[in-house]
Amino acid sequence: MQRKRAEAGSTAVACILALFLVVFTGITVYCFVAKTWWFPPSITAFGALIDAQFQRTLIITGIVFVLAQLGLAWAVFRFRDQGQKATYFEGHTGMELVWTAGTLVLFVGLGIYGERAWAEARFNEAAPGALQVEVTGMQFAWNFRYAGPDGRWGGLRPELISASTGNPVGIDPQDVGGKDDVVSPVLYVPMNREVEVLIRTQDVTHNFNVRELRLKQDAVPGLVIHMHFNATVPGEYEIACAELCGLGHQRMRSFLNVVPQEEYDRWMQEQVAAMQP
Amino acid sequence: MVAHDSGGGGHQHHPPSGFIRKWIFSVDHKVIGIQYYFLALFSVFLGMGLSVLMRIHLVWPNAQLPSWLWPGGGQMTSEEYLALMTMHGSIMVFMVLTTAPQSGFGNFILPIQIGAADMAFPVLNMLSFWVTFLSLMVLGAAFFVEGGPPISGWTAYPPLSALGEIAGPGQGAGQTLWVVGVGIFCIAALLGALNFITTTLDLRAKGMTLSRMPLTVWAWLITAILSLLSFGVLLAACILLLLDRTAGTSFFIPGGLVLTDTPVTDHKGGSPLLWQHLFWFFGHPEVYIAILPGMGVASHILSTFARKPVFGYKAMVAAMSSIGFLGFMVWGHHMFMSGLSPYSAFAFSLLTMAIGVPSAIKTFNWLGTLWGGKIQFNTSMLFALGFVSLFVTGGLSGLFLAQPSIDLYMHDTYFVVAHFHLIMGVAAIFGIFTASYFWFPKMFGRMLNETIGKIHFWITFAGVYAIFMPMHFLGLAGHPRRYADTTGVNYLGPLDEVHYFITIAALITIAAQFLFVINFFYSLKAGQKASENPWNATTLEWSVASPPPFDNFGGQEPVVYRGAYEYGVPDAADDYVPQHLAPAKAGKAH
Repeated sequence: MQRKRAEAGSTAVACILALFLVVFTGITVYCFVAKTWWFPPSITAFGALIDAQFQRTLIITGIVFVLAQLGLAWAVFRFRDQGQKATYFEGHTGMELVWTAGTLVLFVGLGIYGERAWAEARFNEAAPGALQVEVTGMQFAWNFRYAGPDGRWGGLRPELISASTGNPVGIDPQDVGGKDDVVSPVLYVPMNREVEVLIRTQDVTHNFNVRELRLKQDAVPGLVIHMHFNATVPGEYEIACAELCGLGHQRMRSFLNVVPQEEYDRWMQEQVAAMQP
Repeated sequence: MVAHDSGGGGHQHHPPSGFIRKWIFSVDHKVIGIQYYFLALFSVFLGMGLSVLMRIHLVWPNAQLPSWLWPGGGQMTSEEYLALMTMHGSIMVFMVLTTAPQSGFGNFILPIQIGAADMAFPVLNMLSFWVTFLSLMVLGAAFFVEGGPPISGWTAYPPLSALGEIAGPGQGAGQTLWVVGVGIFCIAALLGALNFITTTLDLRAKGMTLSRMPLTVWAWLITAILSLLSFGVLLAACILLLLDRTAGTSFFIPGGLVLTDTPVTDHKGGSPLLWQHLFWFFGHPEVYIAILPGMGVASHILSTFARKPVFGYKAMVAAMSSIGFLGFMVWGHHMFMSGLSPYSAFAFSLLTMAIGVPSAIKTFNWLGTLWGGKIQFNTSMLFALGFVSLFVTGGLSGLFLAQPSIDLYMHDTYFVVAHFHLIMGVAAIFGIFTASYFWFPKMFGRMLNETIGKIHFWITFAGVYAIFMPMHFLGLAGHPRRYADTTGVNYLGPLDEVHYFITIAALITIAAQFLFVINFFYSLKAGQKASENPWNATTLEWSVASPPPFDNFGGQEPVVYRGAYEYGVPDAADDYVPQHLAPAKAGKAH
C-alpha cells in the first residue's frame, strides 16, 4: 500500500516537472522567435556582421538549449520510479569522447568564426581621412570636440575645466590651435563618412554606447581610446552611459545625430559662428 | 605530518561541556558548519530584502515608501538605489554564495564523508568563521555611517571607488568599510581554503582513495584550491585600494582628473585597469567557487535518487578540474570593453568558449546519470533537477558574452544580469537548497517537511525563471544595467512593462522563501525523527547517527571498501552498497 502511494506521487511529480520544462522551453523559444523585445536595426556595416554572429550563436545555443531541457524532461518522465530496477552502468568512454570533441569543435569554432566581426570593429585602424571627434565623459554628461576649420586640436589643461564658464573640457586659451575648436553636448556626424572617435574621460570610468552603432567602449581615466564607425542611416540615436559612474549614471545621456554631409557642414558653420565674439 | 590523532583509533574525544565552548567558540567542524550556514541564511534574507527595495524603486521610482519598509520613509534616491545594489551584490557573493556551499556544508559534511574526526586545523577553522563574522559586521557597518554604503557596485572600479566623498555619497566612510570588510573576508577565505585542502589530502580514512571520494568532496577540494589562489589576489587589490584612499598612494588613480570642476591634485600615475585585472583575476574564479560545490552536490544527489552510479565519475572529476584550471585564464572577458588589446580579447574569448566544453560534459553526464534510473522525486532531488535546468539555461547565455563581437552590444546590459544571476546566483542557490533538504536530517536529526518543501520548490523554480528570463530581453533591447530608473533614456520607456513583470515575479518568489524558513525552524523542533540513513545512501556520513556524535565515528576510524556511488549494483542484497560495508556483507563485492 505504502509502495503504491509512493509510485503514484512519483508519477504526478514527474509529469508536472516534465510538463513544466516543456512549457518553459516553448515560451522561451517563442519569445526569441517573436522578437517582441529586440535590438534596433544596425546603422553600420560591422553592425550587420555582429548581428549575423549573434544569429549563429542563437541558433547553436538554441538547439543545445531545447535538446538539453527536453532531454531532461524526457528523462524525469521516462525513468520515474515505477517499481523497476535501475540499470547499472558507470559511464561510456566513447560517448564522453563524442560530446567532448563535438562541443569543442562547436563552441571554439563559433568563437573563431565570430572574430571577423571583432576584427572589423577593433583590429583595423580608421580609414584615412576620417572625421575625428574627441568624446569626453564627465559626471554626468558627454562633450564632443571637433578640431574646427583649422583642423588642429588645441591643448587641454585639466585645471581650466569649468562646465559653468563654458569650457567643459579645459581648452587652453593660449593655444591658437584651440581657438576654433567646437565643443558640443551632442554628437553630429555626416552619414556614409568614416568617423574616428577619441574616447576619454575627465573623472571616473564611463562607457560610450550607441545601440544602433553596435559600439561600446569604456572611457578610461588616463587613456585616450580610438574607435571608428561609418553610419549609413540618418537619424537621431541615444548615447547612454554603460559603465557605472556614480549617482547620475542613469541620466548620463546624449544624442548621436547622423545627417547628410550638407546638413553637417551647415551645423558646423553655425557652431563656429556662435563662437565668434 | 599533520598533528591529528584520528589515526590512533579507539580513543574517544569528549565534547566540551560549556555553552560557549560548545556553541560559540566551538572547534567542532559540525558546529562551525552550522554557524556558517546561519550566517549565510541571515545574509541571503538581507540580500533579498535589498533586492525587493531595488525592484520596487525600478518600477515606482517616485513612490513614497512607508517607514516600515524604508527606514525614515519617503522617496528613494538614485544614490540610495546604487547603495542597495552594491550591498546586494557584495553580501550575496561573499556572505552567501562563497559561504554556504563551501564553508557551511563543506565544513559539516567533508570530514565525515572522508572518514575524519574533524578538520585538520580545528582552531584555525573556528578562527576563519569568526573572521568571516567580523567581515560581515564591518561590511554591514557601511549602512550606518554618514553617506551610507558605497555606490560603486560590488566590482568597485576605481577611480569611482578610490577618490573618496568627492566621487559621490557613500564613497567616503562607506567605501572604506567596504574595502576593509572585503579584505577581512579574503583572510577568512584563505584560512578556510588551507584547512579544506589539508584535511582532504591528509585525513582520509583507510581505503578512501582519491578515486573513491564522493564528487562533493572533489568539488570542495577544487573550490578550496581556487580560493587559495584567488583570494590572495583580491586581498592585495583591497590593500592597494585602501592605501589609495587613505595613504595618498596612486596605484589606481591617474593624474589630471577633474571632478565637478575640482581638480584632483594629490594623485597621479596610477592605472584604473590594474584594479580591473586584479579584481577579475579573483572575480572569475570566484564564479566557480560559487558554483562548483553546487555541481558536486547535484551529481551526488542525482545519483542517489536515480539509484544509479554517477555517469562518468572520472570525466566529472576531469571536467571540474579543467573548469577550475581554465577559470584562471579567462578574466579578460570581463574587460573586452575596457581598452584591452583586441588581440588579447581574442585569446580570452577562445579560452572562455573552451570552458563551455567541460560544462557541457557535466550536463551530458547528469542526463546520463538519470538515464535508465529509478528516479525518486523528493524535494532535494527536485532542486537538483532544477539545478541542471538552470545550469543549462544560465550557461548557454555565456556563449554570447564570451564573444567580444557580441559583447560590443551585450556588455553591461541586463543580458549580463540575467546570465550571472541564473548561473552563479540561482543555480548555486538551488545547489544550497538541494544540500539543505538532503543533509538537514544528518545535521539536525530530523526530516524537513516534504509537502512544504515541494510547494517551496515549485514557486521558486517557476519564480526564478519568471524573474531572470525576461532580463535577457531587456538586454537585447539595449537596457544598460545599474540604472536606478528608466526615465533618463527614451528607449527604455517601452521596457517598463517587462520591469513590472519582473518585480511582481520577484515579490512572489521572495515571499515563498519564508516557506523554507518556516519549514526549517518548524522541522528543527517538531520534524519527524531521522534515522541514521533515511535516504538509503552510500557515503560515510550515513554510517553514523543523525546528528553525528562529537567526534563523528566514536573514536573508530572507518574503513572504505568501494567507490561512492554503488547504487543498483546487480546481485547486491540492497539497491545500494555503502562505502564502509565489508565485502563479505555486501553480497557480490565490487
